[in-house]
Amino acid sequence: MGNKFKESIHSAVNNANLTGALGKFSEAYKVNRAKAYEGIDFEELRGKIAELKSYAASHFEELSDQFTQNAEACGAKVFRTNDPAKVREYILKVAQDNNVKTVVKSKSMATEEIHLNQYLEKAGIEVGETDLGEWIIQLAGQTPSHMVMPAIHMTKEEVSDLFSKEVNERLTSDIPRLVKVAREKLRPAFLAADMGISGGNIAVAETGSIVLMTNEGNARLVTSLPKIHIALVGIEKLIEKFADVATILEALPRSATAQLLTSYVSIITGPTPNCDGTMKDLHIILMDNRRSEMAADPKFKQALQCIRCASCLNVCPVFRLVGGHVFGKVYTGGIGTILTAWFDELKKSEDIQGLCIQCGACKDVCPGKIDIPDLIMEIRRRLVLKQGVPLLQKTIYAVVNNRKLFHGMLRAASIAGKPFTSGTFIRHLPLFLADLTDGRSLPAIAEEPFRDRFKKISQPRLKERVVFYAGCLIDFAYPEMGESLIKILNKAGFEVVFPQNQTCCGAPARYNGAYEVAEKNAIDNIKALLSVDAAYVVSACPTCTVALAHEFISTFESVGQTEWLPKARELAGKTADFSTLVKKLVDEGRLALKEGQKLGAITYHDSCHLKRTLKVSQQPRELLQRTGYELTEMFECDTCCGMGGSYSLKLPEISAPILQRKLRNIKDTGAATVAMDCPGCVMQIKGGFDQDGASIKVKHTLELLAEQLDI
Amino acid sequence: MIYEQFKARAEGVSAEVYRFATKKAALDFVIGFLQEEGLADMPQQSALWAECSFLDGVDRDVMRGLAGLKFAVTRKLASEARFGISQMEWALADTGSLAQNSTAIEQRLVSSLPTIHIALVPTSGILPDMPALLSRIHPKECAYLAMITGPSRTADIERVLTIGVHGPERLVIVFVDELGGTV
Ligand code: SF4
Ligand code: SF4
Repeated sequence: MGNKFKESIHSAVNNANLTGALGKFSEAYKVNRAKAYEGIDFEELRGKIAELKSYAASHFEELSDQFTQNAEACGAKVFRTNDPAKVREYILKVAQDNNVKTVVKSKSMATEEIHLNQYLEKAGIEVGETDLGEWIIQLAGQTPSHMVMPAIHMTKEEVSDLFSKEVNERLTSDIPRLVKVAREKLRPAFLAADMGISGGNIAVAETGSIVLMTNEGNARLVTSLPKIHIALVGIEKLIEKFADVATILEALPRSATAQLLTSYVSIITGPTPNCDGTMKDLHIILMDNRRSEMAADPKFKQALQCIRCASCLNVCPVFRLVGGHVFGKVYTGGIGTILTAWFDELKKSEDIQGLCIQCGACKDVCPGKIDIPDLIMEIRRRLVLKQGVPLLQKTIYAVVNNRKLFHGMLRAASIAGKPFTSGTFIRHLPLFLADLTDGRSLPAIAEEPFRDRFKKISQPRLKERVVFYAGCLIDFAYPEMGESLIKILNKAGFEVVFPQNQTCCGAPARYNGAYEVAEKNAIDNIKALLSVDAAYVVSACPTCTVALAHEFISTFESVGQTEWLPKARELAGKTADFSTLVKKLVDEGRLALKEGQKLGAITYHDSCHLKRTLKVSQQPRELLQRTGYELTEMFECDTCCGMGGSYSLKLPEISAPILQRKLRNIKDTGAATVAMDCPGCVMQIKGGFDQDGASIKVKHTLELLAEQLDI
Repeated sequence: MIYEQFKARAEGVSAEVYRFATKKAALDFVIGFLQEEGLADMPQQSALWAECSFLDGVDRDVMRGLAGLKFAVTRKLASEARFGISQMEWALADTGSLAQNSTAIEQRLVSSLPTIHIALVPTSGILPDMPALLSRIHPKECAYLAMITGPSRTADIERVLTIGVHGPERLVIVFVDELGGTV
């Protein structure tokens, strides 16, 4: 990560206005969004959107032809190009041919993408943004920090300073008054403009229509008052059928601003009359700028299902801390990282891709059903493919995969007290077990790892068997969790087998883009875990469970490894996370817990991978409640704790405030215990409370359940 | 039922909703409203009424007696008017929206430039939702389909919802049963 990038993060997280505004907004957003979607089957709706957008992405050429034909038949002029430079030249030519002096614009990300304003202004044409947020940004000489709310990072005081200069009058920071000033100031600009430039939210091939949505009403004026209208539309906005407009209109306002519909929607099909009786000179530019290339990429084609609602930004725990500017000048947040890698260049995404903590919150709300974290991982993978794995990291992976050596080093470091702050490479370990950060303590590394303790545990002779996959954290830091798991499963009549050849699940390598290493990890683990005949393979770490159940397969697919795919699928079929397996055993009557006791208040933290990838959230809650814990839900129970594997190491300035927020939400419940199903989260949150001094017990669900087995 | 749903949704986004059985009652309401709000023959107080079927059979000469109310829509008059009056053909119950074939520029001028937009709507024009509307429209016959949901709004400064940016700050919806059946 470059120093400049680090500095931009530093100044963003220390900008109280920014983090305050974004924090408040993101909290309100979740509630309002849910309300806006009441009575709507979101999964069904986004299924439809994904399908129709994906169809469009596979037929860009045909749909562009069809759109062109239909729009031209209505009298519009359509210009198609792949090249942003040609777009700029075309617009300038239309302007010059018509002696255009001033232009009014309604909000358009596509024009931002090609830096149109600067270009036209250089040619002596005055360009005025009319969306209030965009206008503020323009006056401030900045770039938008959010796709839907470009000026969300600015305070009303800053806006009043800008406007005061503009109207030569000292204004207060009264927001309704500021809005009035904007109305009064911009109205003459609308009336005087020779040309209007808009984007397009949707372009319909079947009819040659473009759809524009605004709340302020500026798009109506931009498309009605000037005699020339140019709409710049990225081809990913194409859809085939007119009726499908309704599908997108159902989701876009709800997801973008939690509205049932934006105040104004205009569907324009061909030129309309001007005020003087002439007809509008309507130009529609279909811009490719690498979108068809993206559509031809089997992985990234999915990103074209985006309807630009920005909800992925609104729910992102990282975005709400750093805001948009850290991501760059045009597209921001998770999807922005992907779009920047394509519309700009892969290299530009090198730093920003690292901002994603892979929590999956965005994927859950995306109306285009895009797996944003997965695509960001793919960017990582491609960057590594291009640039190779640094030697240092290679050494690290070699150590990680030598379990004995790895444990020895961690243990030595742990005993030394100041573990990873010195030494040659150990402080760069891309791993869970390091701590350089303020606000979190390092877990003690067990003297004897689970793999050695296991050999000394005597289990009753039982007919059925379960294979246990421990993962780094339970093996090296929390072996007692492994022991609890054995106790519980023995009680249910299973003997627990621990194949000694199991190794790192490959997540650290994979999350750093080193897929070849992850591939090797996967093969080694498959060999080890399938070597024993057992009913289940169980893991008590969601990150590991996800690796076993999903990622081995997708890693193989990514690197073209076909030989081991069937075995990976076999393993995936047998894999279960701890709570799901135990819930099942309890339901089947194979396992009895003490029930109905008075164990006091508890709150539950949903780990990202468990909740969003494995879709498990009720099972642990039900088990805990059954034994007699009284569940008090915390605010944002399923928001990331900031751990994210090595993330807390690489970006401590982001990880730390995310953790602080989590600690506060836990404390606010008043519960004496917080439970979770992930040893990584235990480490993060326990470490946080250690430093914080609060006496809240942080436990893995299995530790709590092991105390409540019915004898 | 469908009317109640519309009313609730439209009021939810700060529109004002009225309903009258007859054109006469609706007209009385509109005239009363204009007068109460200070209709006068001067900039920022005048009203502009765009051509619509509501006006069929209405004695415009009588209304010409109202100083400040005009029927010939121009860009200049629209930009000076405080009131814009037009007829919107459809209403969407599930979002509280109005819709109109706005191909004629006059329709857009009176509904976007003035501070208050009064929209007359035949009660029978209430449709359940967007798909119902889009299935009734053929874009080839409707170059500019306009939908309006509540007054103009922004939240661009500190996320504070503020009404009336570039479009009207009030949207007054007047349903007229007589304009076409009952719902
Ligand atoms: S996965 Fe989480 S951190 Fe990454 S972009 Fe999505 S919401 Fe943000
Ligand atoms: S990626 Fe999904 S959530 Fe993000 S802007 Fe696009 S459609 Fe919206």
